[in-house]
Amino acid sequence: MIQFIVHDEGDSVGVVTVEGLKANDTLKGWIMDQDVLIDIKINQDIPIGHKLAIKDLDEDATVIKYGVDIGRTISKIAVGDHLHVHNVKTKRW
Amino acid sequence: MINLDQKIYAYRRDNNRVGIRNYVVILPVDDISNAACEAVSNNIKGTIALPHPYGRLQFGEDLDLHFRTMIGTGANPNVAAVVVIGIEPDWTQKIVDGIAATGKPVQGFSIEKKGDIQTIADASKAAYDMVHYASGLQREECDIGELWVSTKCGESDTTSGFGANPTVGNAFDKLYEKDNTLLFGETSEITGGEHLVKARCANDAVADQFMFMFNRYQDMIERWKTDDLSESQPTKGNIEGGLTTIEEKALGNIQKIGKKCMVDGVLDKAEMPTSKGLWFMDSSSAAAEMVTLCAASGYVAHLFPTGQGNIIGNPILPVIKVCANPRTVRTMSEHVDVDVTGLLNRDINLDQAGDMLLESLIHTSNGRMTAAEILGHQEFVLTRLYESA
Repeated sequence: MIQFIVHDEGDSVGVVTVEGLKANDTLKGWIMDQDVLIDIKINQDIPIGHKLAIKDLDEDATVIKYGVDIGRTISKIAVGDHLHVHNVKTKRW
Repeated sequence: MINLDQKIYAYRRDNNRVGIRNYVVILPVDDISNAACEAVSNNIKGTIALPHPYGRLQFGEDLDLHFRTMIGTGANPNVAAVVVIGIEPDWTQKIVDGIAATGKPVQGFSIEKKGDIQTIADASKAAYDMVHYASGLQREECDIGELWVSTKCGESDTTSGFGANPTVGNAFDKLYEKDNTLLFGETSEITGGEHLVKARCANDAVADQFMFMFNRYQDMIERWKTDDLSESQPTKGNIEGGLTTIEEKALGNIQKIGKKCMVDGVLDKAEMPTSKGLWFMDSSSAAAEMVTLCAASGYVAHLFPTGQGNIIGNPILPVIKVCANPRTVRTMSEHVDVDVTGLLNRDINLDQAGDMLLESLIHTSNGRMTAAEILGHQEFVLTRLYESA
């Protein structure tokens, strides 16, 4: 069963698509554009719809989703970390 | 594969536009005429009043927008006939004349020198005749391609970008080939993906118009903002649903225009398209405001993808909800017309999801009520540009 989805293999993030996932769970993911399956262990509980990092990111790095820039990191983020408003901000406004 | 050459049964109006509902509207020109309109609607069954908070001391472009919205709402093909009530005769007549250009029955009443009670009596008699007329109209065979279909998403989350929005995009690509007149907008929610929309514009002139509208909205936000708009855009609900930045939200939003259709033209708020194809309308991203503008632009059916579960409806424009979030479909099923959660675990593909949505559009066009209609959602929310004089 698919537990997270990635739009494109160049993306930094995937999206959790099932409820109730806990820290240290290893998730089955689907990269849609390339139709490839991957496994990633998550480091925190991540709610449905929220993102996990699938790549290590430095502070002030660009986050890529849909193959496009969606903002910048405000701290270091490791593979499997919950990635959201606490560690990523818009580059606009 | 859905057959889009099948006929739908709808109302053909005098101006040859096709409507899928048959309302007799009691339309206030201004806020203080709401009470009379609601009284007429209470007297005469089969009518609907559209109360709203504006219409006094507006000026300039904001006043133009008010008139466009009022006239466009009355002129919408989902409306069979209109009673217009205002405090004074001149602005009332301006709206009556605008609606009358469609050929449909419309009559105006003003309250000054008569008072509410006499106005309500006179307008009720007119509304009585209009209900007789409208209820005698028959649905007839029309082509799917004659439908004007708009889209706007709400309470989006990350599943919107994977599921519900690309489902609308797939449906739009198919309708575009049938020569439908389509519309999207939500100017602020393109922020971060404006280059992608620009690249989809049919020619340089359209691209320039699009960028003008986009930059005008950005300037407005820059003028009034006090922070980076987090919790407003994206909303608290978006953030709860996992969307982090406006750029991420915008890239999901843009999935609604599919992969093939081109942006053929650009409209200001509540302006009416002049030909088939996909139009961008400069508009608020707030659901009720945007859908009210779509209705005023003449659209007769609306495709509304949601993630966290926006519950919006409109008094004259049927709003079809499509959702790919399994938690939302489980907890708010009465608000969801089309469940495409199967996309997330690969049970269905995008082509099948698009067909499911189009099937719902056909049922809705033939008269089946949407979730929002059954639940009584009639949000009629006017866009204002600035303060009254």
